Amino acid sequence: MTNHWVDIKNADLVLIMGGNAAEAHPCGFKWVTEAKAHNKAKLIVVDPRFNRSAAVADIYAPIRVGTDIVFLGGLINDLLTSDRIQHEYVLNYTDMSFIVKDEFEFKDGLYSGYNKDTRKYDKSSWDYVLGDDGFVKTDPTLKHPRCVYNLLKEHYARYTIDMVERVCGTPKDKIRLIWDMIASTATKDRAMTILYALGWTQHSIGSQNVRSGAMVQLLLGNIGIAGGGMNALRGHSNIQGLTDIGLMSNLLPGYLTLPNEAEQDYQAYLGTRTQKPLRPNQMSYWQNYPKFHVSLMKSWWGDAAKAENNWCFDYLPKLDKPYDMLQAYELMHQGKMNGYLCQGFNPLASAPNKGKLIDAFSKLKFMVHMDPLSTETMEFWKNYGALNDVDTANIKTEVFRLPVTCFAEENGAVVNSARWLQWHWKGANGPGETRSDIEIMAELFHRIKALYEKEGGTWWDPVRDLAWKYSNPKLPTAEELAMEYSGKALTELRDPKDATKVLRKAGEQVAGFAELRDDGSTACGCWIFSGAWGPTGNLMARRDNSDPTGIGNTIGWAWAWPANRRVLYNRASCDPSGKPFDPTRKLIAWNGAAWGGADIPDFKADENPAGGMGPFIMNPEGVARFFARGNMAEGPFPEHYEPFDTPLSDNPLSPGQPLTLNNPAARVFKDDLAQIGKPDEFPHVATTYRLTEHFHFWTKHGELNAITQPEQFVEIGAALADELGIANGSRVKVTSKRGHIEAVAMVTKRIKALKVDGKTVHQVGIPIHWGFVGAAKPGYLANTLTNAIGDGNSQTPESKCILVKVEKA
Amino acid sequence: MSLQSLDIIRRSATTTPSPQARGAHAGEVAKLIDVSKCIGCKACQVACMEWNDLRDEVGSCTGSYTNPPDLSSESWTLMRFAEYENPDSGNLEWLIRKDGCMHCADPGCLKACPSPGAIVQYANGIVDFHEENCIGCGYCITGCPFNVPRISKKDSKAYKCTLCSDRVAVGLEPACVKTCPTGAIVFGSKDDMKQHAAERIEDLKSRGFEHAGLYDPAGVGGTHVMYVLHHADKPELYSDLPANPTISAAVGVWKGIAKPLGLLAMAATAAFGFLHYLRRGPSEVDKADEEAARRELENTP
Repeated sequence: MTNHWVDIKNADLVLIMGGNAAEAHPCGFKWVTEAKAHNKAKLIVVDPRFNRSAAVADIYAPIRVGTDIVFLGGLINDLLTSDRIQHEYVLNYTDMSFIVKDEFEFKDGLYSGYNKDTRKYDKSSWDYVLGDDGFVKTDPTLKHPRCVYNLLKEHYARYTIDMVERVCGTPKDKIRLIWDMIASTATKDRAMTILYALGWTQHSIGSQNVRSGAMVQLLLGNIGIAGGGMNALRGHSNIQGLTDIGLMSNLLPGYLTLPNEAEQDYQAYLGTRTQKPLRPNQMSYWQNYPKFHVSLMKSWWGDAAKAENNWCFDYLPKLDKPYDMLQAYELMHQGKMNGYLCQGFNPLASAPNKGKLIDAFSKLKFMVHMDPLSTETMEFWKNYGALNDVDTANIKTEVFRLPVTCFAEENGAVVNSARWLQWHWKGANGPGETRSDIEIMAELFHRIKALYEKEGGTWWDPVRDLAWKYSNPKLPTAEELAMEYSGKALTELRDPKDATKVLRKAGEQVAGFAELRDDGSTACGCWIFSGAWGPTGNLMARRDNSDPTGIGNTIGWAWAWPANRRVLYNRASCDPSGKPFDPTRKLIAWNGAAWGGADIPDFKADENPAGGMGPFIMNPEGVARFFARGNMAEGPFPEHYEPFDTPLSDNPLSPGQPLTLNNPAARVFKDDLAQIGKPDEFPHVATTYRLTEHFHFWTKHGELNAITQPEQFVEIGAALADELGIANGSRVKVTSKRGHIEAVAMVTKRIKALKVDGKTVHQVGIPIHWGFVGAAKPGYLANTLTNAIGDGNSQTPESKCILVKVEKA
Repeated sequence: MSLQSLDIIRRSATTTPSPQARGAHAGEVAKLIDVSKCIGCKACQVACMEWNDLRDEVGSCTGSYTNPPDLSSESWTLMRFAEYENPDSGNLEWLIRKDGCMHCADPGCLKACPSPGAIVQYANGIVDFHEENCIGCGYCITGCPFNVPRISKKDSKAYKCTLCSDRVAVGLEPACVKTCPTGAIVFGSKDDMKQHAAERIEDLKSRGFEHAGLYDPAGVGGTHVMYVLHHADKPELYSDLPANPTISAAVGVWKGIAKPLGLLAMAATAAFGFLHYLRRGPSEVDKADEEAARRELENTP
């Protein structure tokens, strides 16, 4: 979330699209209720199904799965052509006036530089024109035909309201109504928040869905303000923490990135990441990359990390490709990856294409599970009749099950969607022989190290030198690890401006990332968490909920990254001179000497607004980008591509181009491509989702959850049910190209047939929560149906769009 | 049963006066369920099961989000989901109503109950079943205009929501109220709840629900569980919430005869109950007998 849960109460308009906040986040949803009850806010829900959020919405509109970019692109077009945008914001805080290279073009659904053999772009033309001074050329009059504003207008001119109705199936009157409501927030005194979740991300164009939403918010001046923002509601406790701490295969903690294969040279690695400002007097905060990176390396390898060995840069793996879960399962499937440590994860249920996963896991030599609960993945080898019809005798994989404690049985911080690190204390000891994940991983490390010590080995230096300074080496505590990621001074830190002044004594915790240095004098395991455990102690454990301004920031409650800031980009809530755009929802302001207010300024604290420094300090431009440059796989502007399982044979936005029917830059493995469904065989469009009564695949173990939602079902519109003769409560079979499931049919008026590109499209809803272990009635894994193609940038699987055939069971 | 500590003002099938010294000086209580804020998450159902140590069966999907499919001796509250196509707006509405005991000011269950002290009403308005006195006759079901009480298959006694009388007695809100994440269920004095409802109704009217209103039906003397409805003119849209609930004719007529006869009728009923108990034990009344009795009563002028 750019903003935070409580801040939703400040919104005038709430758009829930690509998510179902009431269903999946009922507790956080209270702030939507609050906005409605006490801020007279309106709630819009756009979703394939009339869902629990829609039940309390002021307006609901249906949409065909996988067409969000069309809806939002149409909105962008509408806002631009009717000129309902926040002009002062857009002109000063975005790249609208920036001039783009002449070589950049978009034609027939493709951007310049496409190579169809590699399915990749040469992105060199996707950039701004630089002047001799090294800064981007701009045209503040927005007249230049190659400025971002005009390119954006041109790009979305195809996204007319008729096109939106034709592709999305959303009735035109609903579209008009919703767009007008949204456009009303272009004024300075109105704010819209967008709440989204996996309904936007689990697509082959998921990252671009999110970008489209962000672009709408930028046009309306809704980023950085109270009651605004792009708010990703995370689906798993601490999944925010997962990316923050760098558990994606290409990430290091704090969104630093691993070098790739070509980046063997340390200075070159740093150079591309230490971004120089692209406009005069911009902060370009990533100029500090070396400080964060060196402090990370000192945290990991301690005394072994020295200037002369580039702080152990050679110890980092150099990626030949991303090793996301889809890649890993593909490698297992090919027999190239033959061991698997599976920690707190149930991929047979959670990951796409169960059939492929069974094959992949069956080729492993060993599989180790660390989980508090029994999972389907642990039992993938066991025959559960139709639910898991495997030939156990032919599966040679050896499976180890290590019971671990759950979150309630250990201390630690969980990072919520709002980026708050909230410390919690264990409520009970784990049962039986459980051990914590930390204890198991520590033991594994010691045993590997001991093996190397005994037997030697090639290049075991990273293991040998790993810093392991915990009071009990067998069991690092959550407190020790938290102090490690927050960071400390390794030697005495003196004020660079006044060498007589000691800022930190050696060994003292630092107060934040501003104190980190690139000379090896500081260590910090995750720079964005720096200060969470500062010189005064554990700030994550704070529980002061006072809110003196009433805006809901409660900055004494727990600790938010970065720097305890509650609303990101909050400088953009003020006009260029530093006055709040809307004085009634003031976050910060310039008082003539400094920035301050109800939030921690996301800006240089003493920077005079007259200097023109932009509010988007992480970008070298200082402003937000409509034109993403080379940062996205598919292109600088989001473009609609159909899901891989699509009911259409042609992309209406780039007609007659087979290459651009689906995302041309998505990574696709050959075997997966062969498992794409076609509408003649699978005429219905299905989507997967969660229900309030359950949490993923865990709570089917819980009796109370099982009582409130006992048995697997699929939701079918009344029209389709009539057509197929399916009675409510009867059993149906749902088949995709990848496999089939059977479940109870829930026949509902809440799913309507849509008219799409001249034909009727029926959508089918598939809740995911059932499986063959647990207290609820046994059911099929919904991911039997999904395909293993991922988003072009994040490799998040396209679980939201499946072609199926529904029939009586 | 201690009458004093529980501040009981009415008991079923009893004519001895209740203690009078104490009163509900903080006013009568009420639970207000704002249907327009309810997301149907069922946290209230779970809180109810947890607080009251109830576990219904892990059932089946019957083609609805309502689970368990009906109230039972182990499910004292549940969410009922109704799909409504509004002919005026052309919009679909998903009307989700938390069902359970309404705690009527004039409780039909209590009036119908032949077993002394099996059903009581507290000064704060809560209507409670005291199962130790229940003979399992099921008359409370007949007496209830909301079809709420259920007879347990295990012990043949009647059960329903207590409005967490045990929690309320010590100054806590009912478990469902405490857990409700959106604030759709609130609890307080009946006056405060009416005032809160008025604000909510104003908000709903501003959103185009011109018939938004409070459900506090006069036919049962008002209730201590009230709803804010978007369509207060059509309560039956909410999974058959009765538009004008009244105590069933059977109970009314029975009381009508009983009233002039007073003590005698009460004593006769109690005696019947006792004899019935001696003869049959605490089991269900024979369905045919019950039907016959009802027909007879209904035919009585």
